[in-house]
Amino acid sequence: MGVKEIFETMDYGPAPEASGDALAWLVDQGARFGHFIDGAFTGPGDGFDSRNPATSEVLASVTQATQADVDAAVAAARRAQGPWERLGGKGRARHLYALARLLQKHARLFAVLESLDNGKSIREARDIDIPLAQRHFYHHAGYAQLMEAELPGQVAQGVCGQIIPWNFPLLMLAWKVAPALAMGNTVVLKPAEWTSLTALLFADICRQAGLPRGVVNIVTGDGAVGEMIVKADVDKIAFTGSTEVGRRIREATAGTGKALTLELGGKSPYIVFEDADIDSAIEGLVDAIWFNQGQVCCAGSRLLVQEGIAERFHAKLRARMDKLRIGDPLDKSIDVGAIVDPVQRDRIATLVDGNSEGDIYRAACALPEGCFYPPTLITGLSPASRLMQDEIFGPVLVSSTFRTPDEAVELANNTRYGLAASVWSENINVALDIAPRLAAGVIWVNGTNMFDAAAGFGGVRESGFGREGGWEGLRAYTRPGGKNKPLKSIAPFAGEEAEPQLVDRTAKLYIGGKQARPDGGYARNVYDRSGKLIGQAPLANRKDVRYAVEAARAAKGWAAATAHNRAQVLYYIGENLAARRDELAARIDRLTGKRSGGAEVDAAVDRLFTYAAWADKFDGRVAQVPLRGVALSMREPCGVIAALCPDELPLLGLVSLMAPAIAMGNRVVLVASDPFPLIAADLYQVLDTSDVPGGVVNILTGSHAELAPTLAQHMDIEAVWSFSETDLSAVIERGAAGNLKRTWVNDGQARDWMGAEGEGRAFLEAATEVKTVWVPYGA
Amino acid sequence: MNVTDISHRSTPAPDHGGDRNPGMALDLDWVMRATANRSAIERRAATLPARRSVKKAHQAAWLARAISCIDLTTLSGDDTAGRVRRLCAKARQPARADILEALGLPDLTTGAVCVYHDMIETAVEALAGSGIPVAAVSTGFPAGLSPFHLRVAEIEESVKAGAEEIDIVISRRLVLTGQWQALYDEMRAFRRACGAAHVKAILATGELGTLQNVARASLVCMMAGADFIKTSTGKEAVNATLPVSLVMIRAIRDYHEVTGYRIGYKPAGGISKAKDAITYLALIKEELGDRWLRPDLFRFGASSLLGDIERQLEHHLTGAYSANWRHAIG
Repeated sequence: MGVKEIFETMDYGPAPEASGDALAWLVDQGARFGHFIDGAFTGPGDGFDSRNPATSEVLASVTQATQADVDAAVAAARRAQGPWERLGGKGRARHLYALARLLQKHARLFAVLESLDNGKSIREARDIDIPLAQRHFYHHAGYAQLMEAELPGQVAQGVCGQIIPWNFPLLMLAWKVAPALAMGNTVVLKPAEWTSLTALLFADICRQAGLPRGVVNIVTGDGAVGEMIVKADVDKIAFTGSTEVGRRIREATAGTGKALTLELGGKSPYIVFEDADIDSAIEGLVDAIWFNQGQVCCAGSRLLVQEGIAERFHAKLRARMDKLRIGDPLDKSIDVGAIVDPVQRDRIATLVDGNSEGDIYRAACALPEGCFYPPTLITGLSPASRLMQDEIFGPVLVSSTFRTPDEAVELANNTRYGLAASVWSENINVALDIAPRLAAGVIWVNGTNMFDAAAGFGGVRESGFGREGGWEGLRAYTRPGGKNKPLKSIAPFAGEEAEPQLVDRTAKLYIGGKQARPDGGYARNVYDRSGKLIGQAPLANRKDVRYAVEAARAAKGWAAATAHNRAQVLYYIGENLAARRDELAARIDRLTGKRSGGAEVDAAVDRLFTYAAWADKFDGRVAQVPLRGVALSMREPCGVIAALCPDELPLLGLVSLMAPAIAMGNRVVLVASDPFPLIAADLYQVLDTSDVPGGVVNILTGSHAELAPTLAQHMDIEAVWSFSETDLSAVIERGAAGNLKRTWVNDGQARDWMGAEGEGRAFLEAATEVKTVWVPYGA
Repeated sequence: MNVTDISHRSTPAPDHGGDRNPGMALDLDWVMRATANRSAIERRAATLPARRSVKKAHQAAWLARAISCIDLTTLSGDDTAGRVRRLCAKARQPARADILEALGLPDLTTGAVCVYHDMIETAVEALAGSGIPVAAVSTGFPAGLSPFHLRVAEIEESVKAGAEEIDIVISRRLVLTGQWQALYDEMRAFRRACGAAHVKAILATGELGTLQNVARASLVCMMAGADFIKTSTGKEAVNATLPVSLVMIRAIRDYHEVTGYRIGYKPAGGISKAKDAITYLALIKEELGDRWLRPDLFRFGASSLLGDIERQLEHHLTGAYSANWRHAIG
């Protein structure tokens, strides 16, 4: 077409990015890749082709790792870990800085290779993926530099097994590798089988940067290789991918003592209020659901529009969709590229074709040959529609309407997931009220899909746990230093027979602020050291767990109470405990057969005061993201926390878990010391007189082993902690896979409850979720 | 035209093709509903140049299109008849004849020539037979603070002198103090004074404080019968920007959806690079559609832009980067 014709048509024409350098790099490597283990590439073995999804051309062949490969990689990482950690934060910072610089120098090569391998548009690879990956290494070079000064007492986890998805291959690598290396860990990373190439280029960069061998190891292959890594001798697993696979990993690692973070799926709501800048909200949707072909875990895939503007909004949205350009990912004027693999495209098609509800609209843009799927909008769905609940992971937006802010929150939270959410309103009151009420780890106000190394990213509910980015992200790659000490089990004292008591004391369960008889109607005798009967402790069963969780769920006002108010309640409990010091001390001595009851009560009072102090001081922060606006890292309560309390110190152990949890606004279901349960009866009397709202603290007694599975599997509990002497770590972690609740278990290790280990930030962090709220602004 | 409630409207109004906007009653509900989220708008504006790229013949064609949409402008205190005649000659022959010949566009001209009132007659004379209209800035340009009756009279004088397009300036204080009815009435009066001449409303966006004000002022001027809305006089500290353009053309889009009338858009001031011109054209294409990529609905208010485009066009033809002195001065 000549200039004269184009002058009339004003078409864009092709604007291809050259792929020569990237293809030449592949050819230079022989177009056949082995693994990167112990600082060198292994020879290529049996494997599979890596294809360009836009053309289905083979780019290279990649090796399927064997068990021996994984073992070799883990062994190399293990050998390298000690020296790498001992190199110190400042030494590691230099290496991370060098990696960042090299990523920057080869930015275009990475971008083109990513686009070729994944099918994403060159614009996104060039302007988003690669710059964010660089930024992650630069930012974490800083954390390495500051680690010793700012994270005293924290040490590396050790060897980290990392399994990453195909949607942001290099970026997800950066999110995993940078924090791990910064904190002194070494890694064995497996890229997704469809998109291994930029990870292999990164391996090449590691070699060029002079990274010590074994610090980064990359093995390629499918899910079977991932399973090998999960089972391998690693200290931590970090996984980003589907909720289904995340659940299997949770089950597989249960009870192994391996640390775990999961960044899983989502069905993130995109809420548009009637006072929003509608054109901007529509443009935001382009970045929410048509970014990376909708293959984004945090994609704003569930549109919720206020009813009054819905019809007009949808009409404008359809018009905007028609302007999207779909085609050759290497074309610089393309908005929507190729779906990563025909398997995924077919999966999307099956989900959409299986839907018979609502109105479906496909963008009126030409669909090229190859692995593409048109931008799609389905309006008029109800929360019950399958497509409103299931993650599609493609360029398909589903939509529903709401009437009021409360209804918007209710609909938004009506999901198993909780990764991200967008809120569009020009009214700061509305936006800042809604943001904290959404069940999600990341909230964007008047924006979408904003990411930065300085801000935490991660989910709640079945979107996983753990954060990536920011100071909070470092928790996943560190642990407190110090030696482990195995727990000794404590058996309850036995008694021959039941001697009559002076006055019968009837201990009960404490549920919803009331004393309750156990549902099963059973109790067990509790004896003192000499075998004399002290009393009967009720045996809670699964029904009692249910009632206790219901009561805790209902006490939602506690989270909304001011931190000052919660502090006052904690002080009051401490005050009332202190008033009964001698009586409680005597009871503890009789229960435990020791003489440390007085010291235990004193420590418990002190602990309550400590968390009363913390209640209004465990602040969030404002992350320094490159944006005119603020990214708030807010500390929020997890919700309902169930805890199996330490056995050996019946009062202090329970208080040590209860106090931080309720100080942060959680409601708790506590299972008192298994051998010494009767202290619960004294404690709930104290709670009754201390203005603790009913349902905030619920106390059960009974067998830890019996109650643990019910608690772990309960879908309405956000977190389970276990410091029981009974070895329940595996049971709890496996049971928690159901709703992917957070767990904190002792793995059979002892903790010094009387000392510094028994309180502090670790407890507060376990009792809170970090929610990142992005608030860009501009008058 | 009656007040139209757009909040429940999903089907666009019947299209009026190229008919002139008659205006409509001031719909204050609509005006007050207009919002503009600066951060989101800036993000869209910042990513747009990276989202669209035109190369080779397409780039040359787009640059030629840009030339056809330029209001070649001189608005200086030292303008003389000689200076204006020179500018008009440039408007008739915006690039070297051999370049235009090679592009297959030998008859390409700029969209208009834009001058002060006193230069109208000279320009009309110089452009006789070319079909290129003369635009005159008016109403106490650039501040618009002369007596109202004189501002109206100035329009009438300019129309009498042969200007086919009048670029008026609005009273910024009416926007800054929220006097929308007064702004509407002022614009209405200006439009009436223009008669058959087309009227471009200069909002002076750099002096309106917020993008929301830009959105609201755009709507009020269109309701009052503006044929074009224009960003700037070129004399403000900040002139045309992409975010401001986005706000104004979205207002144009809404107005078209509701009334069926197409309003033109003219960014002015600060656009001096060929690359910027392409970005603006892409913005218009994306947000308003191809119909707006014609001089009856889109103009650049620019003086130095043409020179850069000429150099780029020569580069397109020869493959070698060009130099200023190879192209005639306007």
